[in-house]
Amino acid sequence: MTMSRRPGLVLQTRRVYKSRPALLLTVFLSLACADIASAQAPVSPKPSAGGKAQFRVCADPGNMPHSNQKQEGFENKIAELVAGALGESTHYTWWGQRRGFIRNTMNATLEEGRCDVVIGVPEGYDLVSPTKPYYRSTYVFVYRKDKGPEVKSLDDPVLKKVKIGVHLLGDDYTNPPPVHELSKRGVVGNLVGFSTFYSADNPPSAIIDAVASGKVDVAIVWGPAAGYFVKQQRVPLVMVPVPSGPGDLPFEFGISMGVKPGNTALKNQLEKVIDARRAEITKILNDYNVPLVERKAGLKR
Amino acid sequence: MKRLSRLFMVVASLGLGAACNSSSTPPAASGTAQPAAPSPVQDADKQWTMQNKDTSATRYSSVNEINTENVKNLKVAWSFSTGVLRGHEGEPLVIDNTMYVHTPFPNIVYALDLTKEGAPVKWKYTPRQDAAVIPIACCDTVNRGLAFSNGKVFLNQLDTNTVALDAATGKELWKVKQGDYKMGQTITSAPMVIKDKVISGISGGEFGVRGFVTANDVNTGKQVWRMYSTGPEAEVGFPGSVETWQGEEWKRGGGTTWGWYSYDPELNLFYYGTGNPGSWNPDQRPGDNKYSMTIFARNPDTGKAEWAYQKTPHDRWDYDGINENVLVDLNMNGQMRKTLVNFDRNGFSYVLDRKTGELLLAQPFVHVNWAKGIDMKTGKPIEDPEKQTSASKNTKDICPSAMGGKNQQPVSYSPRTGLFYVPTNNLCMDYEGVQVKYQAGQPYVGAIVVSKPGPGGNRGEFIAWDPTAGKKVWGIKEELSAWGGALATGGDVVFYGTMEGWLKAVNAKTGDVLWKFKTPSGIIGNPMTYVGPDGKQYIAVLSGVGGWSGIGVAADMSLEDPTAGLGAIGAFKDLANFSNQGGVLTVFSLP
Repeated sequence: MTMSRRPGLVLQTRRVYKSRPALLLTVFLSLACADIASAQAPVSPKPSAGGKAQFRVCADPGNMPHSNQKQEGFENKIAELVAGALGESTHYTWWGQRRGFIRNTMNATLEEGRCDVVIGVPEGYDLVSPTKPYYRSTYVFVYRKDKGPEVKSLDDPVLKKVKIGVHLLGDDYTNPPPVHELSKRGVVGNLVGFSTFYSADNPPSAIIDAVASGKVDVAIVWGPAAGYFVKQQRVPLVMVPVPSGPGDLPFEFGISMGVKPGNTALKNQLEKVIDARRAEITKILNDYNVPLVERKAGLKR
Repeated sequence: MKRLSRLFMVVASLGLGAACNSSSTPPAASGTAQPAAPSPVQDADKQWTMQNKDTSATRYSSVNEINTENVKNLKVAWSFSTGVLRGHEGEPLVIDNTMYVHTPFPNIVYALDLTKEGAPVKWKYTPRQDAAVIPIACCDTVNRGLAFSNGKVFLNQLDTNTVALDAATGKELWKVKQGDYKMGQTITSAPMVIKDKVISGISGGEFGVRGFVTANDVNTGKQVWRMYSTGPEAEVGFPGSVETWQGEEWKRGGGTTWGWYSYDPELNLFYYGTGNPGSWNPDQRPGDNKYSMTIFARNPDTGKAEWAYQKTPHDRWDYDGINENVLVDLNMNGQMRKTLVNFDRNGFSYVLDRKTGELLLAQPFVHVNWAKGIDMKTGKPIEDPEKQTSASKNTKDICPSAMGGKNQQPVSYSPRTGLFYVPTNNLCMDYEGVQVKYQAGQPYVGAIVVSKPGPGGNRGEFIAWDPTAGKKVWGIKEELSAWGGALATGGDVVFYGTMEGWLKAVNAKTGDVLWKFKTPSGIIGNPMTYVGPDGKQYIAVLSGVGGWSGIGVAADMSLEDPTAGLGAIGAFKDLANFSNQGGVLTVFSLP
């Protein structure tokens, strides 16, 4: 698979290059303005009948560590932080973050049901207008420290023999990127799927619980989902980034906030807050043990 | 998938150049068709007691007051707002001068009194569904209608509850939970009553739901049997599934059962199709993946299958094989056969012997290029390797698109003409590029499925099809996909709705459009007919196009969104000019 043949990617690549100088500049600005920003008056708050204007967030009601209705997720904390910086109070529209999420929240038929911001969307996610990314994470291998297997690459032959836990994502034949790349390497049939329809019987921690209990030998999990639950386990678990080989799909993604396409004013506001409050955002991510990676120089995406 | 089922569609380059709403081919018969001699009107046809009219799913009524001569005078008799603004599929039922109308979620049921002027509401049933079902359930919120038997109305709710209501009062008699919406299971299909059992399917193939069909006792709701689409013989009621999957992947094998059901009382077999295989990418699930994409013939008493015919082995296109199976007796090569006719999403029309499952004929009814044909010996498609999809390559111009040559909108068969009336999609697709997607907080990268109009530029066509020859007789090109069902009548008038909201009446023999009326919203439901207490023939159809909130978010459109077939951000602009959300039943009669 040659990335450059793909029209979608060319666009994204361009976007990345374009954003790079901007990113440097804003980092610089954020250092200079951090103190001022926190003392600033709210940035054009929406009119409200009484009290603070609403910072309307679209979020999943049960998908820890990202978000839940008790507002315990790191995206809830970030939303709180951003709303505070804007002098607004958070107001949630809850919807499962899967097919129809944007349609039923940000683009809901009725204005009352609508929300304005998704706290986490991948960079280049076309359904929304994404801000510049405020963190970057990666798919990781998770295995028991005492047992291994100490997998560092999808090419490790041990992957053909062990049970591998992965999440089941879309059915449009687009499972998590490492699953595609495992298929390509002939690792077929020894995968154990974990549904992302979460319930009491199937909590988001299930895939990490399975590693701890030995139900699977190794799991391949998106970093934020892995880090939080790895930290909660009594059994010591190891997280290792899954490296993307030549021709592989990417396993690292920048994460942005998303607004409705055309809502440039809000997007600009959010980007200012991201810059001004970067250290606090990163602290929240660290508190939740989100594995953060830097964008590698020369990386295409 | 639902499907819902389940590719995200972005449509590009939709021209508006197609000449529409006119016969595309000359009439097969004489151009000036005179009304043929009327057939006797069957008393049973004065009512409409089940989805698709009869157990054979012909959607044909012998009622003939409205004919090719007078249909031009058809007028609105009355209308009724359902109070719900979502996609309205299926059709109302009429039994004993009461009309039973269903809605999408929250799945309200109304009983309307046809003996009184304006058909006032006798009772209304609003199910108590957990409010969480909408944000959690996987798919769309459509519902394909009710079933009726012996004073009871049966409803499948989105949250997978099957309920029985007292037809006289709307009182809930029993309620049975078929699945767990929190695990992505929902029900959108209509139940079917066969003898003393209610048969229900399941939706939600998107997340590896293992499809099944369930029989519950009509009187108590007690489960009599449940049979799965994939797995060991004891659970499928037929051998040969497990060995077509890797390891235990049949456990999340997909093959959901969200389509229509039909039944042959003589053979004591009922028929339905199963959907696409489970959620792994095709490379991760080598094998035929039985019995996804399969027509099952099952005994309703035991649930065991008499035969199973897989239409699309190892699906790579999401040709979700749930379309209805119409049971008609046809003269195939000089011999009368009890046949089953199926117009599949994959673009082929199949004629099978419904007793044995023997394949008698398979012809493309829309433009098809993913397969060169069906091997009549093996029953398998002769695939074009160039048109196979894979995560690691771009594939251009696959026809039909994942929306199918025909989606769930049911066909009709007129015994007077011997023709099938088929609402079709004329859409092809490209698998190309990569697109960042997001689910449950996890980013991933998938192919962009670019859906586009097929040859000719029109996105749909309503066709008349000769099932014995496997040939199109006439066609009416539609600008948008033809997403509503068909109705054929003893007056040789065929009715169908369009996504713009037109209800059209056409000459069954020639395809001439004789009359049309613009209903309040796009039509994705199915027209039906009945005779009122005043002795007049009525035509009723639900209008209410689905997924309209998706305007401008084409990439978020799901397969089950009727609008997804139309496609693109650009296309929505013109679509919005035609129609808007709605939920209205419109009933027509002659003055």
